[in-house]
Amino acid sequence: MSAPLLSIKSVSKKFGAVVALEDVSLDVGAGEFFALLGPSGCGKTTLMRCIAGFESPDAGTIALSGVDLSGVPPYRRPVNMMFQSYALFPHLNVFENIAFGLRRQGETRDAIDARVNELLAMTQLSAFGHRRIAELSGGQKQRVALARALAPRPKLLLLDEPLGALDRKLREETQFQLKEIQRLTQTSFVIVTHDQDEALALADRIAVMRAGRVEQIAGPMEIYDRPATRFVAGFVGETNFIEGRLDRNGAAALITEFGRIPCEPRNLPGGARATLSVRPERIGVARDGEGIAGVVEDFVFRGETTLLRVRVASNIVLRAAASHGERHAIGDSVRLSFPPGAGALLAEER
Amino acid sequence: MSAAVSWARRATLLIGFIFLYAPIVILAVMSFNASRLVSVWGGFSTKWYAALLENEQLLHSAKISLAAALTSATISTLLGLLAAISLTRFGRFRTRFLLFGAVHAPLVLPEVVLGLALLTCFVAFGVGRGFITLVIGHVTLTMCFTTVAILAALRDSDPALEEAAMDLGATPFGAFVRVALPQIAPAIVTAYLLAFTLSLDDLVIASFATGPGATTLPMRIYSQVRLGVSPQINAISTLLLALVAVALGLAALVSSSRARRDGQVVTSLARAPDNAS
Repeated sequence: MSAPLLSIKSVSKKFGAVVALEDVSLDVGAGEFFALLGPSGCGKTTLMRCIAGFESPDAGTIALSGVDLSGVPPYRRPVNMMFQSYALFPHLNVFENIAFGLRRQGETRDAIDARVNELLAMTQLSAFGHRRIAELSGGQKQRVALARALAPRPKLLLLDEPLGALDRKLREETQFQLKEIQRLTQTSFVIVTHDQDEALALADRIAVMRAGRVEQIAGPMEIYDRPATRFVAGFVGETNFIEGRLDRNGAAALITEFGRIPCEPRNLPGGARATLSVRPERIGVARDGEGIAGVVEDFVFRGETTLLRVRVASNIVLRAAASHGERHAIGDSVRLSFPPGAGALLAEER
Repeated sequence: MSAAVSWARRATLLIGFIFLYAPIVILAVMSFNASRLVSVWGGFSTKWYAALLENEQLLHSAKISLAAALTSATISTLLGLLAAISLTRFGRFRTRFLLFGAVHAPLVLPEVVLGLALLTCFVAFGVGRGFITLVIGHVTLTMCFTTVAILAALRDSDPALEEAAMDLGATPFGAFVRVALPQIAPAIVTAYLLAFTLSLDDLVIASFATGPGATTLPMRIYSQVRLGVSPQINAISTLLLALVAVALGLAALVSSSRARRDGQVVTSLARAPDNAS
């Protein structure tokens, strides 16, 4: 693998007594779509501002193409940012907003015209070049902000909650546009988001952050199927946490209050207390046969699936997704089956 | 609403306006009085305005006042801009609270006290009083107003805009000039006009700060009124009034053109159906 485009090594940052970033290390490759995912206050925005140069880390280094960025002011970094509020210049029209970065680079008038028109076309704004910013809709503003940040051909584009201000329908559409533009421009995108669906849908790799630390860095599928910590499993998607004791005699299984659940033991020793995270849709639901007996307490129709709440022990309720067409009523007894490898085993924390 | 209530409201409004503006209207009308007596109407005439042009003393004072107002408004707007920038863009530096207090103090300081303080200071440093000390006094008086006006606008302007400009390659100074300054330009114009009018009609500070060579128009008027009101004073006061009205009108025009622009935006949005993306 070639040297990463962006290399962050053990970066820490404090604001007074508040720890915003603690020993964060990650790499972003050229042309990669990378997501920083976490709840608000997890430090993801601080990390982004450190990369852009608006904050400087207390410790650690940030390097771009092998060049240390410490002490380099924002206006000399080949990194551009799309702000959450878009931060479009209200006194300039759409064309001048996009041209702003190019003018600062001292490009010729023809080069600027060509580049801005190219970006207007790419973001489907060709007819809007002379519009004032206040005359645009939310979706159009979002596209102007994207075009403006892309115009100076940055090596790395930072996007702070780029879809946060859009309504749900527009957001989905924009996700595809964003992915396509990223593919077309071959630019590395680093997106900051608290929306797990957005991160899963857009990113090649995701760093899940919590309280200033990186919990896991992996591809979307691995994050979803093989969460490294209980926090990641709980934050990304819906899940059941089943607590028990690991039994490594024969086929590994978790011994729980309501039965044996087969699982992959990873590197945990036999007898260790552990938690199994199982996604609702990975649990098989049947009326009879093998499996753990339970009673349907409640159900929610979700279209594609029906989410059941199944009581398997006096104090344990599991969520399982029955596939489309199966009908269950409150009070039905069902059998839940756990295919091997359905869940991810997590060591007891602390 | 009954007709009686409606009439009562109109009458109240009228009384209010009479209370506020009748003295000024009478002053302006009397400046066109042909009679020498202030209390008797002797027909319409502009002779007092013509007489003004011959009154060297009064004209000289008017020039002094205008020059002092232009100079002190320029300086105090610049200083106010710098103070506002330091209060909004430099974080919580150690003496921020002190600067904040020092800038705002003249707002509540009695003018007489400020004037006396200035006089004491000039005497202590052995500075001869004249036009320069007058300008210094007026800058001291008006800077707090310009700072407050610009400070409010700078607080409202989004710092993310300047960050975005820097992110796109503008230096901090460039970002301020190209992005923040256009946002706060109306506030700067308002601050300038405010400082200009305050300086133009100031009597108290000028009495302390200026010297014999630089008597301002309000000082000249005040000293002449003590010897009896001449219609010439009415005429010059009316001109002064007109000048201030023009300045205030300009300020209103600046802010209303801005509001109208935003209003147009709303209507054009409503008109253009292709705007929905």
